[in-house]
Formats: sequence, structure tokens, C-alpha cells
Amino acid sequence: MESGISPDVLARYEAIIGLEVHAQLKTASKIFCACSTRFGDPPNSNVCPVCLGLPGTLPVINRRAVELAVRASLALNAQVQERSRFARKNYFYPDLPKGYQISMYELPLATAGWLEIEFDGQVKRIGITRLHMEEDAAKALHEGFPDSDRATYIDYNRCGTPLVEIVSEPDLRTPAEAQAYLEELKQTLEYIEVSDCNMEEGSLRCDANVSVRPRGDGKFGTKTEVKNLNSFRYLARALEYEIERQIAALEQGERILQETRLWNVAAGRTETMRSKEHAHDYRYFPEPDLLPVMIDAVWKQEILEAMPELPAAKRKRFVAEYGLTGYDARVLSATRELADYFEAVAGAGAAAKSAANWIEGELLRRLKESGSATPAERIAPAELAALIGRVESGEITAASGKRVFARMFETGEPAAKIIEAEGFGQISDSGEIERVVREIMEREPGNVAKYRAGNEGVLKFFVGQVMRATRGQANPQLVNETVKRLLAG
Amino acid sequence: MKITRETVLYVADLAHLELPEDEVETYRQQLDQILTYVEKLNQLDTSGVDPLAQVVAAPADSATGWRSDETRDAGISAEALMAAPDASSPFFRVPKVIERES
Repeated sequence: MESGISPDVLARYEAIIGLEVHAQLKTASKIFCACSTRFGDPPNSNVCPVCLGLPGTLPVINRRAVELAVRASLALNAQVQERSRFARKNYFYPDLPKGYQISMYELPLATAGWLEIEFDGQVKRIGITRLHMEEDAAKALHEGFPDSDRATYIDYNRCGTPLVEIVSEPDLRTPAEAQAYLEELKQTLEYIEVSDCNMEEGSLRCDANVSVRPRGDGKFGTKTEVKNLNSFRYLARALEYEIERQIAALEQGERILQETRLWNVAAGRTETMRSKEHAHDYRYFPEPDLLPVMIDAVWKQEILEAMPELPAAKRKRFVAEYGLTGYDARVLSATRELADYFEAVAGAGAAAKSAANWIEGELLRRLKESGSATPAERIAPAELAALIGRVESGEITAASGKRVFARMFETGEPAAKIIEAEGFGQISDSGEIERVVREIMEREPGNVAKYRAGNEGVLKFFVGQVMRATRGQANPQLVNETVKRLLAG
Repeated sequence: MKITRETVLYVADLAHLELPEDEVETYRQQLDQILTYVEKLNQLDTSGVDPLAQVVAAPADSATGWRSDETRDAGISAEALMAAPDASSPFFRVPKVIERES
């Protein structure tokens, strides 16, 4: 980067990173009203007096939103509070028509959780300070209209969408660790179906708190908050930039200002957000229009019992149960759907390692090429297992197997049908047949001599032997020709 | 005196209120009286009392508060845009958001 600080200088410092992640909860309706949360609907079509903040309206909490937030809390090993409370966060901005955001403050939904990340072969536990619920704000469009130099356009469809905010401890030390944490968190929220975590659509958003200190120092340096890190790539790049910026400033004897900075994607740098000093005085107070959120032990237990296997547990089980490598386990457990597919293929009789190879190689490549996401819609797990069985038994060659796979992927037809219809079952590879014939000739020098002495009846013997060796799969005509040619010497 | 003139001006600024000079002292006195009055509560011994999160319903009643996750189209989109001070359908339109000067 332009600061041009040497690696030696960088190595003298250590970065301290904490992430604040907002995830939209996968509910049908908004958190405090019955408007739809659907993404991509015509602007301002999903609005009502409650989410438009009209006077005289009252919020009513969506039970499903609370359930999903509790599920996320439990998946992140956090302590769900028996009683939590909504609070008003007061600020003036047109994306929140009430003049405040209903959030949680001093009594969040859950505290003291953790998430383990795997990084460079090491497992590291990242603390989660708190997890709370809040309503999303509207989408403000600042550009793209003829009068955008003086007007902002607002779409309130998103206003009131339920969010969960997950605040990590400052336990992350490098941009790569931060990325690993965000990936693990995203995968966990996807597994438990709490959020779509679609970063392009904004259903998962990330801000970071960053500071640096000379390595070995006990005290944290002054931190900045970096916003707009809404892709894994931006997260890593913005953190790298910000860390180097802070180190460069300290090296020049400057002080770091506690401020909010925005990642400018186009310019590739973080920039100060202009704001007044007391803009962060939100004057939180308990939301008088809502009851406290009570989570009793019975409900918590129900949610816990309905919890699916989490990604980390699945990876461990795949290694222990199927003898997969850590790498294979990670690739195959990327989504629940893919993991279930793998298990179904293995369950249908395919050897686990072969199933892993076919899925990671052929299947993922073709899914990616065709832009489709659902493997079972393309090839039923039992059919992939059947194909693998035929290749493993040598009935068809690996090369034929890949061609059969391609046909299965395109047509959805069973392996057996394609192998029969397209003649893949027959060994028509003249090189392969030649190899078998030569092998038998070597084994039967006496019969070779007989043939060469004029006993043409031995030809049938050789053809029979080849057909037996290939379990009847060799192309008979080709076998005849090959045997004749080779016996002739 | 709990409330200073600076506090009044600070709170007014946060609330986007512009106070005429003569009202600053009026509000300072009123807010001061309110705080002094509320402070009386501190004289009570509340060490054995559970904190109260809400006064409108007892915790045992909390089931009343839930809404099931069902959608309903309020059907007020066009009406709301029409009632807005400024709109350019299908959007609400507001003046470019500029930070107020302190």
C-alpha cells in the first residue's frame, strides 16, 4: 500500500480486531408489524403505519424472530437471558421514521458466547460479547436520480426487518483471522437457518473495530470503527489498509483518533465519516411500548433440541465416521445440502473417499458451470452411488464414468440406463482390449503356438478368455479382430 | 442545581430544538425540578426489590405480547406516498442528508 512501511516495522505491531455482524433473521414478516420482509419487492410496497412510524401505532413483537435469535445465541454458546428488554436508540435520520431505532441495550438477549475458528491448522476460540435484536433501517438511495445532488430517495421495505447483532470480543489478531471468523459465523447462521446471510442483498453486514499496539504491549491502542465491509474480500482488504494506516501514523508520532471510518470500495481505502462529536449520544432508554422478552427454560430447551448439527461438529464427525481428511470434511460440509448429499451417496453404498472425490471434483465443477445449487435435483444420491460402484468394480473405466456422469447430470437419467444405451458398458477401447489379449497370450504360450501351427479352433478359446476377463463388457467384434491380429503375430 | 445551562443546550441540540434565549433558563429550572423530584426515590430502600422492566403488564402475562409470523399487506403504499411532504413514486424523497453544524 502507499504508506510503504517495511515488513520489519509491520512485524513490530499487533492488530486487535473485533467484529460487529448484523444478520437479517429469516422471518416472513417484520419484527414489529405484519409487513413482508421479502427482498426485491417494488419500493415502498411492504409498508404500514407501524414501520412508517405514524403516530398512534404500537409495535408487537414477532415470536418467530425471537425464536431465531435465541437459536443463534445457543448455536454461539451464549447465555440466553431469562429476561431481556428492548430499548430506544435515538437519532435523527430519514431511514428511521420514528426518530429512534428499537434495539436492545443494557439487557441484551444473550451474552458471553464463543465460536471456534480453524486457522493454519490451529483451533482458536473467539469470544462473543453479546447478541441482541433490533429492527433494520430503510434503504436510503443517495445516487442515481436526476436531483441526487440535493435529494435522497427512501425505500421503507427494509425498515423493520428483524436483525440480530453479534458483537465479538477483540480476540482477532489478523485480517485473515477476522475473515475466518466471519466465514464460520456465516456458515453457522446458514446451517441453523436463522439467516440467508446473503452479503450481496445485505442480509449479512459487517463492521470492524480495529486498533494496533506494539507487540508485547498489554494495553489496547485507540480504536477506529470501520464500516461497509460487506464482502469477505472487502473485509480483509479494509482491515489490512486500516492496520497499516494506523501503524504508519504511530510511526510518525501521530495519535490515532477514535472515529468511524468508511471503507471506500472504489478508492480502496478507509475514510473518515464526517460526524459531530456527540453523534454517538443515542440517549438509550427502555422501550415503553414493548414488554420485556421472557425466555423460559422450556422454550429454550425446545429450541436447543431442534438445533441441527453445527458445521464444526459435522466436520469432526465426517473425519471420524468416514475417515475423510480435514480438507474433504470442510469442502463437503460447506452447506447442509451438500453435506446431506454426501451422506446420502455414502449411505447408498459408495465408498466415502470415492464419494468425496466425485462430489468435490465432477459434481461441484458441473454445479458451478451450470449455475445450479441443488445437487440432488441433478443426480439422485443413489444413482451417483451406483455409478461409483460400476467404476470401482472396473465395469466401466474412470474415463467412461466421467462421461456417464456428464450425461446423468444433463439428463437426470439413471446410471444403468445411460451405460446400456450409450454402450459405455462395453469396453470399446482397442488399447484396453489389446492389453487384455496380450496378457492372456503371455499366460497361454501353448495355445498361441497351436494357433500359429494352424489350429484355428483355438481362436474361440482366446475370445472366450478375453470376454471372461472383461466380464462380458468388451466389444465382441473388436475382441475378434484384435485376437486374430495379435495371434497372427 | 442538577441541570446546567450547557446541559439544556446540549439536549436541545440532540433533539434538534432551537431554543430562544429566554426559554433556556425556563427549561433549565423545570428540568432541574423534575430531576430533584425524581431523586426522592433514592431515599427508599429498594435492596430487596426486583428490578422492574415494565409497568404495563406482569411478567407472568408475557405470552400476551407475541405476534405470530404471518404477513398482511397493509395496502397503504400509494396513500402513504401521497401523504408524504415529498415523494417521487415509488420513493419517498427527503432533502439530501447533511450533518448539521454544531
